[in-house]
Amino acid sequence: MARVWLFPANIDTDQIVPGRYAPYMTSEAELGKYPFIEYRPEFAKTVQPGDLIVAGSNFGCGSSREYAPRALVAVGIAAIIAPSFSRIFFRNALNLGLPLFECDLQGILSDGQQVTYDNTSYIITTSEGAVTSLPQPPAWLQETWAEGGIVQYYRRHGRLPVGANR
Amino acid sequence: MDTSMHHPSAGQTLSELILSHAAGQQVHAGDLVIVPVDRCMTHDSLTPEIIDALEKNLGVNRIYDPERVAVVMDHVAPAASVQTANAQVRTRRWVAQQGIRHFYDVGAGVCHQVLIEERLVLPGQVAIGSDSHATSYGAIGAFGTGMGTGDLALILASGRTWLRVPETIRVQVVGRFRKNVSPKDISLYLCGMLGLDGATYQAVEFHGVDWLSLDGREVLAGMSTEIGAKVGIVPPSGEIASRYNVPEWLRVQPGAHYVRTIEVDLNTLGSQVAVPPEVDHIAPASELGDVKVDQVFVGTCTNGRLEDLHILAELLKGHKLAAGVRLLVIPASHRILQAAAEDGTLSILLAAGATLGTPGCGPCIGRHMGVIGADEVCLSTANRNFRGRMGDPNARIYLASPEVAAATALRGSISDPANL
Repeated sequence: MARVWLFPANIDTDQIVPGRYAPYMTSEAELGKYPFIEYRPEFAKTVQPGDLIVAGSNFGCGSSREYAPRALVAVGIAAIIAPSFSRIFFRNALNLGLPLFECDLQGILSDGQQVTYDNTSYIITTSEGAVTSLPQPPAWLQETWAEGGIVQYYRRHGRLPVGANR
Repeated sequence: MDTSMHHPSAGQTLSELILSHAAGQQVHAGDLVIVPVDRCMTHDSLTPEIIDALEKNLGVNRIYDPERVAVVMDHVAPAASVQTANAQVRTRRWVAQQGIRHFYDVGAGVCHQVLIEERLVLPGQVAIGSDSHATSYGAIGAFGTGMGTGDLALILASGRTWLRVPETIRVQVVGRFRKNVSPKDISLYLCGMLGLDGATYQAVEFHGVDWLSLDGREVLAGMSTEIGAKVGIVPPSGEIASRYNVPEWLRVQPGAHYVRTIEVDLNTLGSQVAVPPEVDHIAPASELGDVKVDQVFVGTCTNGRLEDLHILAELLKGHKLAAGVRLLVIPASHRILQAAAEDGTLSILLAAGATLGTPGCGPCIGRHMGVIGADEVCLSTANRNFRGRMGDPNARIYLASPEVAAATALRGSISDPANL
């Protein structure tokens, strides 16, 4: 089972990892201790690999710091589901292989709810049996996530995974 | 035209035109493209992290094309600590080792200003920077945008990047500025109207400003990032058309599709102020009430150009700063500093009581040269007023034009320059 972590709109990168917890101030190995350390201290202490973040619009706004999504990868967040993401956060997450879904589940899932998330069919099933389908990602995106993000994809294939296909 | 009936052949926005040219095929909003990056810019703050991503994560030790890369030392320049000094040593060594010729060391100025002055970005090009205000390059009709560490490493490795062709919001400017109102007021007004995510993933195209100077266009383009925009482009007309060879294909097309058009009427626009802690908390300067300030900061890629220093000097000439107010002036580049020294602007500012800083980002990001303390209030011509941005989380940052900065420096509290 995965826990749903609900967040409001306009979560900024300072709320995700404050600047003074940047890896160059601490260390990369400790990064998993810091997501939401001031904004929501219980998060890093109780989050489990496979948990989901469900948020309001403009998630990840503010600075271009890549260690914000990297900290969420470090604790094993399986996906972030929000109506919209700040564009630099969106790119950073894709480069790191952290799945983002543009869809509004704020009124459908609640904070602390236990669900199962199938990361091949992109279906969320609550413990009561209610089923929600996330928007189906295109094939190139599924492939990119499977390879651990665009950076790893490039390392393996020597090219970017997306094409100018209409 | 009924926009729901839009057909690709009807016309393209400037973003669509530039990305079509770069991709070598006609593309439209929503398409994903891989394009060559004409100019890739990194600065001192992120270059060490980008080198790590390049070498450790991608296993690349030679960059794709050093000629297309520019590196600028501006965020903490000169170095403020042993840590930043060591990081800069590493960056300089890497620049030399990679054979990067376009390197601008301490004092050259803010990266975006330097790249435009040095003509390292040209109309119709794709320019990517490790800095969110890389939207500034839209001032000359380039597709400029900011990205994070991983993307910059991929560009350095491959010479290319992927982009989703953005939809475009058209801003139609009408009329001319009233006395002591300037481009920053258009930008802040748009922030208030659209909000922090009002243009996320989208482009903003500014029409009706063919008469606007390069300096003014840089304000509009750079500030577009504050409403979440991918790019902010001003059609390369007027001063830009006379200074650059604008490609034939880079022309506003009448049938282009805009998702929205917003009119800004300069006949009624007054001075705007962003109230902490968000850039979209906008109030007219005339309605702020009595806000006493400790520091006034004029500088940055937003409003540290010669035109801004001229405005400041004109309004401060023959006057002294209000008691208890510090005025910090940081020209956006060495060239601007030199020009302001030669034309007498600096003498006027110094006589009024201003303090000068080394060209660069200054205290905009709260790392050096004018950091503010708890409960202090700063009126800044920069671009962000988030909690803790310029120093202590309990300091308060108000954002406004150089005209408001001048009026505030003279009165000691945030003032509407219409009354000067």
